[in-house]
Amino acid sequence: MSVINYTLRIGDSSLILGQRLSDWCTNGPTLEEDIALTNISLDLFGQANGFLEYAAKLNGTKSADDLAFKRDSNQFFNLLITEQENGHFGDTIVRQFLYSSFFLLFYTELAKSKDATLSALAAKSVKEIKYHLRHSESWLIRLGDGTVESNKKVQDAINNIWDFTGEFFEMDEIDNQMLNEGIGVNNAKLKFLWDDLVNKTLEKANLNYPNNTNMKTGSKTGVHTNYLYTVLKEMQYLPRKYPDAKW
Amino acid sequence: MSETTNVWEVFIQSKNGLAHKHVGNVHAADKEMALQNARDVYTRRNEGSCIWVVKTINIVSSESEDGESFFNPSNDKMYRHPTFYNMPDGAKNI
Repeated sequence: MSVINYTLRIGDSSLILGQRLSDWCTNGPTLEEDIALTNISLDLFGQANGFLEYAAKLNGTKSADDLAFKRDSNQFFNLLITEQENGHFGDTIVRQFLYSSFFLLFYTELAKSKDATLSALAAKSVKEIKYHLRHSESWLIRLGDGTVESNKKVQDAINNIWDFTGEFFEMDEIDNQMLNEGIGVNNAKLKFLWDDLVNKTLEKANLNYPNNTNMKTGSKTGVHTNYLYTVLKEMQYLPRKYPDAKW
Repeated sequence: MSETTNVWEVFIQSKNGLAHKHVGNVHAADKEMALQNARDVYTRRNEGSCIWVVKTINIVSSESEDGESFFNPSNDKMYRHPTFYNMPDGAKNI
């Protein structure tokens, strides 16, 4: 049971961020960037598919599509940061950088899991996330170290979304159980590495590490910001309205 | 595109040892962006093992009016083509 929940948390985060990023399709600031962001979105959908297929297999009665399209928002366990709005290009880049820097560390650890499926999915994801991080990191430096206006915009973006980064490092009962069984990752232990990684980039980008520590939480128990509802409403519209529709 | 971005030509090597082949171009403001854009636009389906990007303005091209002096003189020198030689049976891949 815990493994299902643990797997859903990972799959849901990829799915919801993938869905958010897909909104950039045809809206990118340039043709090249449009393709770059939707490539990342597709990678995340691929990762989500892997984890949700596994959760469906463990569940036994539901398909991955059921899990993606027929759950309500309080049954989703994606990290709150993934459901936040795209905002302007700088907002999206900041969200992507913070997410990718954590998940690179997370998947690197999860690749050592005793659970062979989770380990294989993690190993595959590491390769993709490395590129996502490189892409968002170089943009963050470009914007932070760019003009006065671009610096201010990404610094504001960091300050605005920062409260959602505390969730990365939380450990609840399920996390601890998975860790003890050699299946899951010690999120709390990744904080030090993540701080280091983020700090180095922020320094290169002439950006400040925020002081605010009023961290928001809830996703592990299905408590979300209203934005998730908006995302699901669009994502699930067709399968819910026409349950028998085929791809 | 703003004045701070340039056009870069993209060359992709499909396999180790083969020549890089021109595939198209991208807009980018710096080297890293050019490389990433080239990767995202031209190598999504496993097309390559190495990418070169070079600013279009750094490429020197012959002009169409150069054609007569550059290329026409070779038209009547058939002996420059290796079609007059008998290939030994053992030689492959030539």
